[in-house]
Amino acid sequence: MPVSKEILDEIALGQQEYELIVEKLGREPNEVELGLFGALWSEHCGYKHSTALLRQLPSGGRRVLVKRGEENAGVVDIGDGLAVVMKIESHNHPSAIEPYQGAATGVGGIVRDIFTMGARPIALLNSLRLGPLSDPHNRYLFSGVVGGIAGYGNCLGIPDIGGEIFFADCYSANPLVNALCLGVAETKNLVKATARGEGSLLMLVGADTGRDGLHGASGLASRTFEQKRELRSTVQVGNPFLEKLLIEACLELAETDWIAGMQDLGAAGLTSSAIESAARGGGGIEVDVLKVPRREKGMTPYEVMLSESQERMLVIAKKGCKDKVKAVFDRWELRSDVIGQVTGDGMARIKEGEKVVADIPVDLLTSPPIYRRRVKKPPRLEQLQAFDVASIPDLSPKKAGSTLLRLLASPNIASKRCVYRQYDHQVGDNTVVLPGSDAGVLRIKGTKKGIALTTDGNPRYCCVNPYLGGVIAVAEAARNLVCTGAQPLAITNCLNFGNPEKDDVYYQLRECIAGMARACRELRTPVVSGNVSLYNETKGEAIYPTPVVGMVGLLEDVAKHCASGFKNEGDLVFLLGDGQVVDSSIGSSEYLALVHGIIKGNPHIDLGLEKRLQRCCLEAIRRDILNSAHDCSEGGLGVALAESCVANGLGFVSRDWRIAGRLDSALFGEAQSRIVVSLAPKSAWKLGRLAARWQIGAKRLGTVEGKRLILRGYIDLSVDEIGEAWWGGLEKLL
Amino acid sequence: MPPYLFKVVSVKFGIVVFPGTWSDRDCYYSLNDVLRQQVDCIWHKETDLSQYDCIILPGGFSYGDYLRPGAIARFSPVMASVEHFAARGKLVVGICNGFQVLCEAGLLPGALLRSEHLEYRCQWVQLKVENDSSPFTRRCQEKQVLRIPISHYEGRYYADDATLAQLEADGQVAFRYSTPTGDITDAANPNGSLHNIAGIISRRGNVLGMMPHPERACEPILGSSDGNLIWESIIAGL
Repeated sequence: MPVSKEILDEIALGQQEYELIVEKLGREPNEVELGLFGALWSEHCGYKHSTALLRQLPSGGRRVLVKRGEENAGVVDIGDGLAVVMKIESHNHPSAIEPYQGAATGVGGIVRDIFTMGARPIALLNSLRLGPLSDPHNRYLFSGVVGGIAGYGNCLGIPDIGGEIFFADCYSANPLVNALCLGVAETKNLVKATARGEGSLLMLVGADTGRDGLHGASGLASRTFEQKRELRSTVQVGNPFLEKLLIEACLELAETDWIAGMQDLGAAGLTSSAIESAARGGGGIEVDVLKVPRREKGMTPYEVMLSESQERMLVIAKKGCKDKVKAVFDRWELRSDVIGQVTGDGMARIKEGEKVVADIPVDLLTSPPIYRRRVKKPPRLEQLQAFDVASIPDLSPKKAGSTLLRLLASPNIASKRCVYRQYDHQVGDNTVVLPGSDAGVLRIKGTKKGIALTTDGNPRYCCVNPYLGGVIAVAEAARNLVCTGAQPLAITNCLNFGNPEKDDVYYQLRECIAGMARACRELRTPVVSGNVSLYNETKGEAIYPTPVVGMVGLLEDVAKHCASGFKNEGDLVFLLGDGQVVDSSIGSSEYLALVHGIIKGNPHIDLGLEKRLQRCCLEAIRRDILNSAHDCSEGGLGVALAESCVANGLGFVSRDWRIAGRLDSALFGEAQSRIVVSLAPKSAWKLGRLAARWQIGAKRLGTVEGKRLILRGYIDLSVDEIGEAWWGGLEKLL
Repeated sequence: MPPYLFKVVSVKFGIVVFPGTWSDRDCYYSLNDVLRQQVDCIWHKETDLSQYDCIILPGGFSYGDYLRPGAIARFSPVMASVEHFAARGKLVVGICNGFQVLCEAGLLPGALLRSEHLEYRCQWVQLKVENDSSPFTRRCQEKQVLRIPISHYEGRYYADDATLAQLEADGQVAFRYSTPTGDITDAANPNGSLHNIAGIISRRGNVLGMMPHPERACEPILGSSDGNLIWESIIAGL
């Protein structure tokens, strides 16, 4: 049966891929079998365009207990018999179509990835990219996405402790919603997503199966939105209350030895969860679709296998333990049904009653073709990178103050309070540093320890220079953690790109991953989990290359943590790190985009300096030298100083502000490897000695004083004015 | 030595757990780990509360609360027992969702509506103690201002004029949203509650409902330990 192009398009498989299937299988696949291939060989599940590139990323390390790809999420040892389990995932396409439910089910999906491993979820973070809020459709997407995250996360009782939001035109048609979840488990209670042990039973738990979300993996996440058609029915609807019950019941099971494995049902539903866990166990599975409880009549085996109905889990119960497992779910009033079993023949066999409707080797389903491509640097990039600062006039000192206020009110820099106050960030009694600082900090009860979490990724840098953008995403995330006093441990990443079948997008992807890999090796932060979201394009227009780095760090003593706000009147303020202002540091900055409408010029970073700076800052916090630490990022030194002022309503005075080169670069240039710190005058000598030992600059900027931000000769603003611009900047646009 | 010399002054708290409750763990932590009291968690299907001195209905989304917060929870088996418990004059505390459940069950007057700004809000607020002689506030100073966070969507206290007048006349308003210096202003009101009401006490004085979460303000590292004053008041009185 030669298969039509329409059918292949529906499941996003190419003609050559179809021929490969026929060749390997030795026959034509039937409709159900083709559906299984479509899902598992999709970019979303099979990573066929990214696998070869992702191999560059370091994945192992002393603390890594479960590496990338081995399980649903990566696991990092934090000592005391405890481990953190974390992952970030995109829900971009569903959120573009139905923002509330798209974002809500994104949270639901990532939370399942964590508790499925036996870890209690204790933190959520979100990284959002949207079009400008001047457009009413973007405002609709924004409030829908934030509402969905709040609606789902708040009901689960998991604190949402941070994230970031970045606005640019290219996200108008393709908003990005990346959700990160982190859980804590006793190392001995970790659960694998493995279907092992012939005769173990597959139990489907939670919601009934409906037609919602059909083709989510292949149709939505693995192609571009060229065609205008109604896709809303491919977005699922979330039920956070049901998920809460699943969390409690599954964590109860994780403490028993009654189960061989657990796996959530996410993209490609039962297909991917059953077959991927069989692949991990090295055996086969047999599923009878008639035993799957349904919420709709007349569903075909194809629909049952590919449904993406939410809040479902696959539990692999050991022989003889079925009744005990069922009793746990019964107590939580959750439905659980045996739908099949683990076999030893390596086949994925789907039955409808007695009739076999699909019978394919598990190996074949889980080994999609891997594509590698040779591409050259697009000439367009050369133009973007070559930028002569002299082509724009310098900022006049008279305008410095008003420009600072303008930057502070720009939605990319302004406080995100109007967003994070909609998320419960304190449930759990662990939140030590609340959202709004460089990173969120949670204490780990029963120990002296704490963990810090952040997400980062500046798409503008990546657009101009994908390699350096990748390096900086990692370096800045690590710097954020260091500013709280945490030692960076590991990364989870989400790579949001356009269509990888296009040369320039593939180049961006390759370079960006190479940059991240380099920084991860230098900073010793392996990538333990992640997700790739490709085909983020509409009408041929791709988004900026947007890697999002989620990073976790460890504080050995959580009592010694730092936040970004100045703390005491009379403290001295220093700039640690790169003290030489280079005029070109204004390249790709928020200032350049906002004031001149230009997105050009290479960002710059010296990883050696970065490493020394981070070690120095960390040591200073551990020795109780610092009272605050704040990373210089978007908006440069001017914005960093202003943010440190408004956090606790304290002023800053520099009576001797000298500028060597251009004023715009000095105030708003975005040179990396800089941290603004404050400390008691009596500790200044200690900081000086530390900085000398780590061979980094420590330049005294001024003192924490009064209620005004004064850089004599340039800026003189009241903290109230600054606060109004920064706290209200984003809120005013909604 | 005779055993009575070793008698620990410890109150037995019972924390009711509905399927979608999540503040149970935080209440347990603040009472058991911080204040070293005896605490049990009580599954909502249980009905025997005879061994407890104080029952807590914690925050969360008892049954998902898609219909109206607390509307289903009030029919849980445990709730009939909580009513009897309260009728005998024993202490009941409802926090956030627990406050909503108590209003739904008629154990406290009024209702909690969607916040004025139609958003979920999680933030620190200041509470002025309006009645420092109740069993829940006797450890507070007169007009003391407590720093305790809120986290809710439906927290706007509403009651008809007659009920409000009676609450005020009888000193049943326990806490009001205020500025850090104790002024009762609109700006200090995070959700549009009438009379800035954040918590009320039943007429008999043994049932407290409050929207803010005292269990989250239990240690200095979390930003405040003012919430402990409420638990300490209860312990001191029993």
